[in-house]
Amino acid sequence: MTDDNKQKRPVVLLAEFDSPDSIIHAAEKVRDAGFEKWDVHTPYPVHGMDAAMGLTDSRLGWIVLLCGLTGVTAAVTMMQWMNGYDYPLVIAGKPPDAIPSMVPIMFELTVLLASFGAVFGMFGLNELPKHHHPVFGSDRFEAFSHDKFFVSIEVEDKKYDAEKTRALLTDAHATYVELVEEEVA
Amino acid sequence: MSADKPIAEIGETPLVPAHVTAAYISDAVSGVTEQAAPIGWWIIFGTALLGLGILGVSVGYLFWNGIGSWGNDSPVAWAWDITNFVWWIGIGHAGTLISAVLFLFRQKWRTSVNRFAEAMTIFAVMCALLYPTIHVGRVWVLYWALPLPNQMAMWPNFKSPLLWDVFAVSTYFTVSLLFWYVGLLPDFATLRDRSKSLLRKKVYGAFALGWRGSNRHWRNYERAYLILAALSTPLVLSVHSVVSFDFATSVMPGWHTTIFPPYFVAGAVFSGFAMVSTLMIISRQVFNLKDLMTMKHLELMNKIMLVTGSLVGYAYSMEFFIAWYSGNAYERYVFINRATGPYWWAYWTMVTCNVLVPQVFWFKKFRTSIPVMFAVSILINIGMWFERFVIIVTSLHRDYLPSAWGMFSPTIVDVGCYVGSFGLFFTLFSLFIRWMPMIAMFEVKAALPGAQPSHHAHADDHADAAHAAHAEPAPAE
Repeated sequence: MTDDNKQKRPVVLLAEFDSPDSIIHAAEKVRDAGFEKWDVHTPYPVHGMDAAMGLTDSRLGWIVLLCGLTGVTAAVTMMQWMNGYDYPLVIAGKPPDAIPSMVPIMFELTVLLASFGAVFGMFGLNELPKHHHPVFGSDRFEAFSHDKFFVSIEVEDKKYDAEKTRALLTDAHATYVELVEEEVA
Repeated sequence: MSADKPIAEIGETPLVPAHVTAAYISDAVSGVTEQAAPIGWWIIFGTALLGLGILGVSVGYLFWNGIGSWGNDSPVAWAWDITNFVWWIGIGHAGTLISAVLFLFRQKWRTSVNRFAEAMTIFAVMCALLYPTIHVGRVWVLYWALPLPNQMAMWPNFKSPLLWDVFAVSTYFTVSLLFWYVGLLPDFATLRDRSKSLLRKKVYGAFALGWRGSNRHWRNYERAYLILAALSTPLVLSVHSVVSFDFATSVMPGWHTTIFPPYFVAGAVFSGFAMVSTLMIISRQVFNLKDLMTMKHLELMNKIMLVTGSLVGYAYSMEFFIAWYSGNAYERYVFINRATGPYWWAYWTMVTCNVLVPQVFWFKKFRTSIPVMFAVSILINIGMWFERFVIIVTSLHRDYLPSAWGMFSPTIVDVGCYVGSFGLFFTLFSLFIRWMPMIAMFEVKAALPGAQPSHHAHADDHADAAHAAHAEPAPAE
């Protein structure tokens, strides 16, 4: 990555939209055109966008379920072993491994691990943190977190065609279309 | 789902004035962190730092001399420290209630309030955690409360509610922190993208994790938020229930009652909303955010205070009834002693502030008056502190044998440890409102009129089975 070979290559076609209505229509058009490596960037979650993009349901719930089950298993195992087997404590004449008094901590550890699963599972599925992404190469893109809506189509997508894809986005009433380039090493 | 309809259709008025747009929200909320702080902020921050100093001195003195420097004695072994613990942790409940329970109930008005309330939760739980920590006396062996191998080859007693409390409160703190951070993530991206200086860009950028508003991300993000809300709802109910077990599983008259878990939870929500209200009234004034935190928000919160205050009042009277109905002489005496004994003034302060004062919110005139609601929110917090004081001290000071009766009076160190905790709380809170988006920008934007596509009718153009299966949008705000 030296200054000598500062060649640039196009990586992503970025189109800007003004309203939630226009972005959802654009997303439907891109979806119907059969693109796969593309995305929509919005300042807040737009209702119906998952369907408009043809996305399947999030798989996060399964990760959370797994983590929650791990939590409750860990809690039972820990308390049974510590108080019931390794160093039995007889408190208030109750059996050392009595389950009822262990319920609160079983619940807490289930919630704790399930929450870790929800947050870190979400980061994992979203591949975050990821501080570098081609879309950040556009100066206009930072408005995504303000009040603008964007469609980004990767040049690598099989359906991508410099002319036709640009026309598709322009026809969908994009207010601005830009081919974002990236420096090649 | 009524939540997805334009609000006019379900007969509601917009939450924010008409001139509030997505751009207005970014500018108004981010602006707080970008412009020089108003004089009001410096006054609050300076006072808070003074309080933090008082806390440092008090706790330092306490560590040096031992907890004998508190007024705690036998029989009143738990006094202000546990009162303060329960009080702060109760205040912390409003945050999760607003962010999780109101989210599940699709109450969109929560969007202006939730960030604020979540921050308050985290700082309040931090203040709360201070007291059990210093009350153990030997803080350097605090880790004995955790299931860690130690030189005695012993494990903690998992049958003890105090240990449940360790797990409940630390889980609550961790989950609240995660929930808060997840909510902040898109807003950190907004701050990053608005940054003019490299330092701001780097710092906010680091926290934003490279968020790019991708819908492929929003899909998992919204699911994570929904799951966290669903997990936090039973969690928040469990935390104060477990706190109440500290009392309810003992055999003290006045403590050994089954009403404690719901009664404590209602009280926690009550005091938490009062604290949120106090903070909101100050912040919207200092930072001029009256268009985002509107009178409507405050009025709705006042209604919740009226409901929970009345619940608490019901619990007070039910406790009295059961004490009489139980036929247990000790139980009866505790309650007669609460109302007419040496601490009668604490009991009647509690009843006045918690039950009588919130009744003014039946009247719209008072419910929408800033001075009235500010005064009421302060009085509720005073009343809720006295509630915990009454429960703890009046039960302990006269239990069974009159020969074992005693009295409690606080020392200057008690006062310092309590007053100082306000310093800690407000220091953290003023830093938060100064450097972080105090209103959940992306959530308020999503709840604006016109923020969502106007109809889904166009789906018929190209509807196929696969897409129709996902036509119902993910629960979003």
